[in-house]
Amino acid sequence: MTASELNIGLALPEIVLLCATCVVLLVDIFLKDHQRAITYLLSLVALLVTALAVAIQPLAGREFAFSGSYVMDPAGRVLKLFALAAMALVFIYSRSYLQQQRLLGGDYYLLALFAMLGVLVMISASSLLTMYLGLELLALSSYALVAFKRDCAVGAESAMKYFVLGAIASGSLLYGVSMIYGATGSIELAGIAEAVLAGEVLMLPMAVGLSFLLVGIAFKFGAVPFHMWLPDVYQGAPTSVTLFLGSVPKIASFALVLRVLIEGLGDLHESWSGMVLVLAVLSMAIGNIVAIAQSNLKRMLAYSTISHVGFILVGVLVGTAAGVQGAMYYALVYVVMALGAFGMIILLSREGFEAENLEDFKGLNARSPWFAFVMLLIMFSMAGLPPFVGFYAKVAVFGAAIEAGYTWLAVLGVLFSVIGAYYYLRVVWYMYFEPPANEVRPLPAGDLRFVVSANGLAVLALGILPGPLLSLVAAVIPG
Amino acid sequence: MVPVSYYLLLAAALFALAVTGIFLNRKNVIILLMCIELMLLAVNFNFIAFSRMLDDVVGQVFVFFILTVAAAEAAIGLAILVVLFRSRRSINVDDLDTMKG
Repeated sequence: MTASELNIGLALPEIVLLCATCVVLLVDIFLKDHQRAITYLLSLVALLVTALAVAIQPLAGREFAFSGSYVMDPAGRVLKLFALAAMALVFIYSRSYLQQQRLLGGDYYLLALFAMLGVLVMISASSLLTMYLGLELLALSSYALVAFKRDCAVGAESAMKYFVLGAIASGSLLYGVSMIYGATGSIELAGIAEAVLAGEVLMLPMAVGLSFLLVGIAFKFGAVPFHMWLPDVYQGAPTSVTLFLGSVPKIASFALVLRVLIEGLGDLHESWSGMVLVLAVLSMAIGNIVAIAQSNLKRMLAYSTISHVGFILVGVLVGTAAGVQGAMYYALVYVVMALGAFGMIILLSREGFEAENLEDFKGLNARSPWFAFVMLLIMFSMAGLPPFVGFYAKVAVFGAAIEAGYTWLAVLGVLFSVIGAYYYLRVVWYMYFEPPANEVRPLPAGDLRFVVSANGLAVLALGILPGPLLSLVAAVIPG
Repeated sequence: MVPVSYYLLLAAALFALAVTGIFLNRKNVIILLMCIELMLLAVNFNFIAFSRMLDDVVGQVFVFFILTVAAAEAAIGLAILVVLFRSRRSINVDDLDTMKG
C-alpha cells in the first residue's frame, strides 16, 4: 500500500476529534463535581478545533483515503460542519439542564463526543465496513447516554428498548451487507456501484441484501414500521439526551442514505425506491396522525420526527439530484428546528421538574411573551407554514417529487402536513389562549435565554432568506 | 466440497431463529442478549462462506470487526441490564411497559 493510497491526512478531523476526546477524558478524571465547567469548555474547544480541521482541509472534488474506505467531498464537509455546530449547541443547551437535574459528571460530554466521532466517520464512509463502524460508535454511545441518569427507572427501561431494537437493526443491516458482499464481491461502495453497472451481480442475494439493508436503515432513521423505539426513547431519556438524539444523528442518518443508497446503489434505484416509498408514506401518515393523541411534548415531538423522516425519505426515493438536494436541505433545517423545540423544553424545566407535558406550555404568553413567540416561530416552521424555513424544506422535497412524476405523493404529503399542522398549532393555542395550568415559575436568566432566542430567530431568518442555504446544498450535491 | 448455498441456508436459519427468539421471548432480557449474539454470528457465517466462495479475504476481516463490536455491544447491554435491575428488581420483559401511547 503506497502513501498516496493511505492518504491519512484526509481523516485529520476524525483524528483530531479522537485525540481531543481522549484529552477531555483524561482531564475529566481529575476534576471534582463543581469543576465540571472545565469539561464543558474543553468539549466545546474539541468541537471547535475539529470544525477548524474540517474547514481548512484543502479539497479538490472527491478524494479517497485508506484505499477507498474513506471519502471526503464538499457534501461531507457541509454535513460535518453542520453536525459539529449542532453538537456545540446541544452542549450549550444541556449545561444548565445537567446542573439543575444534578446530573454532574463528565460522562455526558464524553459519550456525546464519541458519538460525534461516529457521526463524522459515517459521513465520510465509502465502504460498508467504515459505515458499520461509525454507526456502531454512534449507537453504542447513544445507548449509554439514554441510561446515564442511573436512578431513573423510565430511563433504564427506554435504554433497554433502544438497545434491543438498535441491535436488531444492526443485525439486519449487517445481514444485508453480507449478502451484498456476496452478490458483488466488494464492500466498497465504489466497487459495488461498478459491479452493478457491469451487471456482474447475483440477483437473488442482491435483492435479499438490499431488503435487509433497508430494514436496518429504516430502524436507524426511525421510519414506520420500524419506529417503535423512537417515542419511548425520546420520552424516557433525560431531555438533554433527547435533544442530542433528535438532532445530530439525523444528519448521520441522512449521510448513511446518501452514501449507501444514492452513491453506492444509485443504479439499483428502481429496486429500492418502491420500498422507500412505502416507508415514506407510512411515516408521514402514522407520524402525523398519532402525534395528535399525545399529551407528552417529548413524545409528540418523537412522532413529529417520524413524520419529518417521512418527508426526508420522499426526497430520497425520488432519487434525482433535486430530490437529494431537497432531502439534504430538509435534514439540515429539521435539525435547527428540533434543537429549538427541545431547547424550549430545557428552558422551561426547573430543578426536579421537566416541562415535558403540553400542559406546562399553557399560558406561556402571560409569563414570557418573547419565549412564547420563539416557540410559535418553531412550531409554525415545523408545521410548514410560510414564510418559515420548514415551508421551503417541504417545497424543495415536494417540488422534486412533482418534477419526477410523483404528483400523487406530493399531494398526499401536503395532506398529511395539514393534519400535522393541527398538533403544532395546538401548542400555540395553549401558549396564547389558555390559563397557566401549574404554578407560575420564573424563567431562568443567563446564556440559555440568549441561545434559545438566537435559535428561534435562525428559524425565522432562514425562512425569510432561504436562498443561501438552498444554493449551498445545490452546490455540494452534483446534478 | 459442501456448496456455498448450504452455509447460506444455515446462516439464514440461525438468523431467523434469533429474530424469532427476540420476538417470542417474554420472560428474560438476558435471552434477548443471547439472541442478538446469535444474530451477529449468523452474519459472520455468511461473511465467511462468501469470503471462501469469492476467494477474497475482505469478508474474513469484516468478521473480526463484527466480533469486536459484538463484544462492546454485549458490555453495554449488560451494563444497561444492571441499571435496569437496580431500579426495577426485575429483568422480566413483560415489566418493560411503563410508557404507552
